[in-house]
Amino acid sequence: MPLIDLANPSRFLALVGKMLPWLVAATLVALAAGLWQALFVAPDDYQQGATVKIMFVHVPSAWLAMAIWALMSIAALGTLAWRHPLADVAAKAAAPLGAGFTFLCLLTGSLWGRPMWGTYWVWDARLTSVLVMFLMYLGLIALWRTVEDPSRAGRAAAILTLVGAINLPIIKFSVDWWNTLHQPASVVRVGGPAIHPSILVPLLTMALALTLLFATLHLAAMRNEILRRRVRTMQMLAAQGASA
Amino acid sequence: MTRRQRRLLLLGAGLGVLGLAAALVLSALKDSIVFFNSPSDIVEKRVTPGTRIRLGGLVAPGSLERGSELAVRFQVTDGNRAISVAYRGILPDLFREGQGVIAEGALDTAGVFKADNVLAKHDEKYMPREVADALKKQGYWKDDAQKRDAARPPRQVP
Repeated sequence: MPLIDLANPSRFLALVGKMLPWLVAATLVALAAGLWQALFVAPDDYQQGATVKIMFVHVPSAWLAMAIWALMSIAALGTLAWRHPLADVAAKAAAPLGAGFTFLCLLTGSLWGRPMWGTYWVWDARLTSVLVMFLMYLGLIALWRTVEDPSRAGRAAAILTLVGAINLPIIKFSVDWWNTLHQPASVVRVGGPAIHPSILVPLLTMALALTLLFATLHLAAMRNEILRRRVRTMQMLAAQGASA
Repeated sequence: MTRRQRRLLLLGAGLGVLGLAAALVLSALKDSIVFFNSPSDIVEKRVTPGTRIRLGGLVAPGSLERGSELAVRFQVTDGNRAISVAYRGILPDLFREGQGVIAEGALDTAGVFKADNVLAKHDEKYMPREVADALKKQGYWKDDAQKRDAARPPRQVP
């Protein structure tokens, strides 16, 4: 189905209704498989011991936090250049989920840093740039709530989203450009992953599971946002009718 | 040119300018964004004694001396230069000879780095202990410092 057909919110809602039960089932299966592998199958690391298991939540959360901002940036182009009616709905529904994954990434990273590095937090380039992304997520959510009219709020938020997208390459390459306490990339790197398959497979399974979880929550949140906007329109029409 | 193309061009130009501005700011702030300085950096920059700074590098093999009451002395090296570090306190679990560490503190007048905090850095490799042991046995382990580790009794993992 071409993207333009989805511009019709009713058709989109019907599609979401059909897809959601399957997505929920797939998420539960992947999450069960991922957690089982992470907790019971994956071996301890040769130097970090069992703390390496924090990675199975930390790394997928970090990937998703960045992927969600990238998704919102594409949606922002959709809002600003194409005026696609669902682009702003998609971005607005994704922001709290992105903020949640960023928070999870920061929290698990902090808990992992204490035993391994010897500190909960340092102001190195990687940690700081991710904290900046978290604050920008919160700023975006606040911006959407500050402006009353959804289409004006959407355009302002889209511009802020694109400005924040400049942070994405900074986060990714911070560990290569500057000296940091955070180690360089383990999976997406020149020369292939530096993680043994017995740890890499559970990691990728957890990444798939959390991506499916995001897709499920995102579609449900988009549906809620569309319905919320319909209610708003109906209330305004009713108020006009009452005053006329 | 359609209105959509004009909007896209405007957005692209705006983002390009912003990206350039960010790149200029970051390259101008390069010295303060780096989290630590290598021993060579500290020697080259002639850091004055008493200036707080972070020193990063590998703990030189064979340089670790433990004194009384948690006092330790070791050398931090980057292959070219080495700086002696004195520290008193609890070291992170990953601390050992050959490991990457970052010490926070200042040089004293004798050129010894008095650290009040030591952090351990770890690399991007993850593998089970058996695989690490097998690699070491077959001589595929690249890091010399860790090759010596293999000769010692294995570290207990809780």
